[in-house]
Amino acid sequence: MEIELLAAGFGGQGVMVIGQFMAAASVKENKYALFYPSYGPAMRGGTANCTVVSSDEPIGSPIFTAHQNVMALNLPSFDKFESTVQPNGKLFINSSLIDKKSDRKDIECIYVPSNEMAIEAGSNLAANIVMLGVFLKLTQFAKKETMEQVIQEKFGRKGEKIVSINLKALDAGYNFV
Amino acid sequence: MSEKILMKGAEAIGEAAIKAGCRLFFGYPITPQNEAPAYMSKRMPEVNGTFLQAESEVSAINMLYGAAGAGHRVMTSSSSPGISLMMEGLSYIAGAQLPVVVVNVMRGGPGLGGIGPAQADYFQSTKGGGHGDFRIITLAPADLQEQVDIMYDAFDLADKYRNPVMVLTDGLLGQIMEAVEFKTELDPSSFKPPAWAVTGRKNRPKNLINSFDLDLDGLERHNHEIQAKYKTIQEKEVKFESFHAEDSEIVVVAYGTMGRICKTAIRKMREKENASVGLLRPITLWPFPEKKMLELAQKPSVKAFCTFELSAGQMVEDVRLYSKELKPVHFHGRTGGNVPSPEEVIEKIKSVQKEAR
Repeated sequence: MEIELLAAGFGGQGVMVIGQFMAAASVKENKYALFYPSYGPAMRGGTANCTVVSSDEPIGSPIFTAHQNVMALNLPSFDKFESTVQPNGKLFINSSLIDKKSDRKDIECIYVPSNEMAIEAGSNLAANIVMLGVFLKLTQFAKKETMEQVIQEKFGRKGEKIVSINLKALDAGYNFV
Repeated sequence: MSEKILMKGAEAIGEAAIKAGCRLFFGYPITPQNEAPAYMSKRMPEVNGTFLQAESEVSAINMLYGAAGAGHRVMTSSSSPGISLMMEGLSYIAGAQLPVVVVNVMRGGPGLGGIGPAQADYFQSTKGGGHGDFRIITLAPADLQEQVDIMYDAFDLADKYRNPVMVLTDGLLGQIMEAVEFKTELDPSSFKPPAWAVTGRKNRPKNLINSFDLDLDGLERHNHEIQAKYKTIQEKEVKFESFHAEDSEIVVVAYGTMGRICKTAIRKMREKENASVGLLRPITLWPFPEKKMLELAQKPSVKAFCTFELSAGQMVEDVRLYSKELKPVHFHGRTGGNVPSPEEVIEKIKSVQKEAR
């Protein structure tokens, strides 16, 4: 099975982290993974998006015209990518920063107040991990324990506190749906 | 079997070079390949190697010239405009018959261009690129595992033929992450310096590394020697992937990232509508799979070729040349860093199918 996601937001929201963690968890489970980042020259403030694929089979084209799943972390990303969700696909919307609702009836929309939930978990910065938790639950591209391992490995050098905030954020997202 | 590691394309290039026994990297930064020198600047000191940021690409390529002359495995990586600056040096290196590996993570051009993926340096890499009669062995991977494997091949081919080897990749293969496996790890301390290298003359006749001979006949003899070597390379080192190319009416010809996308498109067409479409994906761009091209063109079952490139049409000239245009050759190209989706490829193939009927 192939699970594909386009995640988009502004630079600094951790869009690339979502993609890299999804790829890392997939590889940990001996699946094929592909992560394709796309961003402008700016570190913060510009728009950023990435395409990620997790699959049991070798992955072909990294270019997609329509996406199985789209995650919009800010309004410009919602406006730009809402129309690219495949029919019957899923659109994950960060409702903390996007007050619009999608008019599309042929897709499933999941509204997640991820910034509020992240603050609850300990830091506004973990909003991306909240979204990742929601996505993980609904697509099951990897086991939750695998993602917890990835979080421990990747955030380990930032200290125990950061790890625990992000694990809480993952939990919050996972249990949201 | 070693473990699979999730790595960024440009970093995997660096690690593969180290595993292939390369301990010298000279380069100058340029997007979209900066992760390669950044990785090397961190890794080379850990393996007793040297990373050196030169003051320009011109200087970097001449550092390669010197190090190769001293018998060391050496590499650089750059992107299109930077590679142009290295072309004078590459001509000297080819003339002096030295083994170097150069990675070109191609970006859109001409001029400074953008940082999006492109394949616009096919002419430059396969037709010489610099002044004088010379060829660069040009290898084009389509995914990160192949890119890693090709790095080992690049050093081996460079050594075997004492000739520059270009790994021609693009901004997409430089930036994506995939899991890769490094098959072997070579220890450079086990390498014997080649007999021709300038290693310090001790109880042996002197070695001279030179790209030219001022004597007209001498230079011609030198050129004949180089050309004879190129002929051997053309006979022995051609590599390609065929995906149903032999049993299809429409043969798509594409390399690198474009080859990968075409393969997905073709797979979809074969699965959904049992379409008679196949792929010929050259892995060596020079030497080009010319015999294979002609063989396919001569097949009565083959109705047409369609070449896809991230350029305005460069490899398609070789497709026309080597197929002797026995069958119609179609072309679809995108530029500026735009990459077509499999759906766009399918649409073009369908129009070629219609015309062939």
